Amino acid sequence: MREVVVRIENLHFSYDNEVEVLKGIDLEIRRGEIVSIMGENGAGKTTLIKHLNGLLKPRKGRVEVLGMDTRTTPVAKLARHVGMVFQNPDFQLFAETVENELLLALKNFGFPPDVAKRRAIWAMKIFGLERYKDRSPYTLSIGERKRLCIAAVLCYDPDIIVLDEPTSGQDFLQKEKIMEILYLLKQQGKTVILVTHDVEFVVRRSDRVVIMCDGKILADGSTREVLGNIEILRAARLKPPQIVETAHILYSKGLLDSQHVPLTPYELAREITGE
Amino acid sequence: MELAELSAVSFRYQGSADYALRDITFTLKEGEYVLLTGPSGCGKSTLCRILNGLIPHFYRGELRGEARVAGYDVRSTPTYVLARHVGMVFQNPENQLFLSSVERELAFGLENLGVSESEIERRVKWALEFFNLVELKDRPPYMLSGGQQQKVAIASVVVMEPEILVLDEPTANLDPVSAEEILSLLDTLRKEKNIGILLVEHRLEIALKCADKLVIMQDGRIVEEGDPRSVLLSKHTSIIGVPPVVEAHKVLSGKGIDLGAIPLTPHELASAIERVMRRERGSG
Repeated sequence: MREVVVRIENLHFSYDNEVEVLKGIDLEIRRGEIVSIMGENGAGKTTLIKHLNGLLKPRKGRVEVLGMDTRTTPVAKLARHVGMVFQNPDFQLFAETVENELLLALKNFGFPPDVAKRRAIWAMKIFGLERYKDRSPYTLSIGERKRLCIAAVLCYDPDIIVLDEPTSGQDFLQKEKIMEILYLLKQQGKTVILVTHDVEFVVRRSDRVVIMCDGKILADGSTREVLGNIEILRAARLKPPQIVETAHILYSKGLLDSQHVPLTPYELAREITGE
Repeated sequence: MELAELSAVSFRYQGSADYALRDITFTLKEGEYVLLTGPSGCGKSTLCRILNGLIPHFYRGELRGEARVAGYDVRSTPTYVLARHVGMVFQNPENQLFLSSVERELAFGLENLGVSESEIERRVKWALEFFNLVELKDRPPYMLSGGQQQKVAIASVVVMEPEILVLDEPTANLDPVSAEEILSLLDTLRKEKNIGILLVEHRLEIALKCADKLVIMQDGRIVEEGDPRSVLLSKHTSIIGVPPVVEAHKVLSGKGIDLGAIPLTPHELASAIERVMRRERGSG
């Protein structure tokens, strides 16, 4: 197994010292994993990921990223290793033009100008943003602004990439593109942490699913173990993937064996034809 | 009756060389629920803007063809007149909500129209109940969750009693449970009030089950439209993707298993599979 890049031990957090938002989180994430954190609104998902680059510090417990304790490491240093894309793109766009937005972080992290320029062009290319190079980020659609935020993070090559709802507002082809890029990042040994409601996206690309409910981790396992378990999904008030729901109806009627839960259309077809 | 009728409509934004809409012919009937989808930039939002007159009155450019909405010619009718007949809801409810309480938010548009006090009271009371907002009526909208805010935004448009409701990705930022709640409220609404609904949405797995008609746009054109079950068989689904249940139907047909009509939900797919399996067991 590859090394642990994120180690969270007994993490407790509250914004106001009264209501605990995180109530004892233990989580280890290894290099090269694609992990999806799911759970209904208010479960504590966004609060949890804000601990990964030190934006929030534990009230109790410990968060260690690449061996650095987030309580004692400056946010600027953590940010170089943990790229964070928030749910609302407008909170992280500052520059006058799309190209400058990408160059900003590169310059901050000390990339030489020619390297920065090449990386910015590469990032615009993979996200279909080249034609907006000289436009203000605010003239782009929400989906485009979101892709710009992802591009701005990938550009400076962090080890860990954290994305909050990367697929919201994206059309089908853009979602496919994002999926492909996440897979490439994994191949390069990057670690990808997603917060998402998009169960159909997760079922296709995630290695592992962590379900949060009321500030705690309710389930943590392979995508198959977690999303294939309709009881867990019900307890977390999440919608199952369409194929899992279909299979569950068939089990309840005694038409399929519940030993093998299909996650994809192809797996469902195999269960039915017995091939 | 036709609530909206576009015939051979093309539109080019001022300063742009390309047409955003090309030769669009489109109708929306009373009580009809039309789902409009297609890649980003294909012209969906531009089409919505014609229906409420933002084009050509706010966004200038070259408009060709005929566009009639609620019996008015869009070109010669000011937007404040069209606004009484066409309600618009956008992706981000925060941009639409600005008052101190949910109740005030719902009454605001009606007060501006000079509707009588008793009538305002009646409509606001109805909307609070219909959208399950009664308990939240005194709360400021910015304190609500995204799903609740979007319900307030929709309710504040619906109290105006429009004949047409145009929703441009209203659930893009919501979790699936809130999104489904809103879409099923819209379905009830069009059945009870006979409102015509045009919904723009990418996530077919959530939006499909109530739609009477599915329209696919690409590069400013309507490339496919009709009964969702037949549109989902067309080649243009390669640009919009299909929900996993439709994919499963295609995979199984490829293996020679005939499940009948295209399913729109897991329940429909499960029933179709059940029929086939029982038939096989019966014959075997």
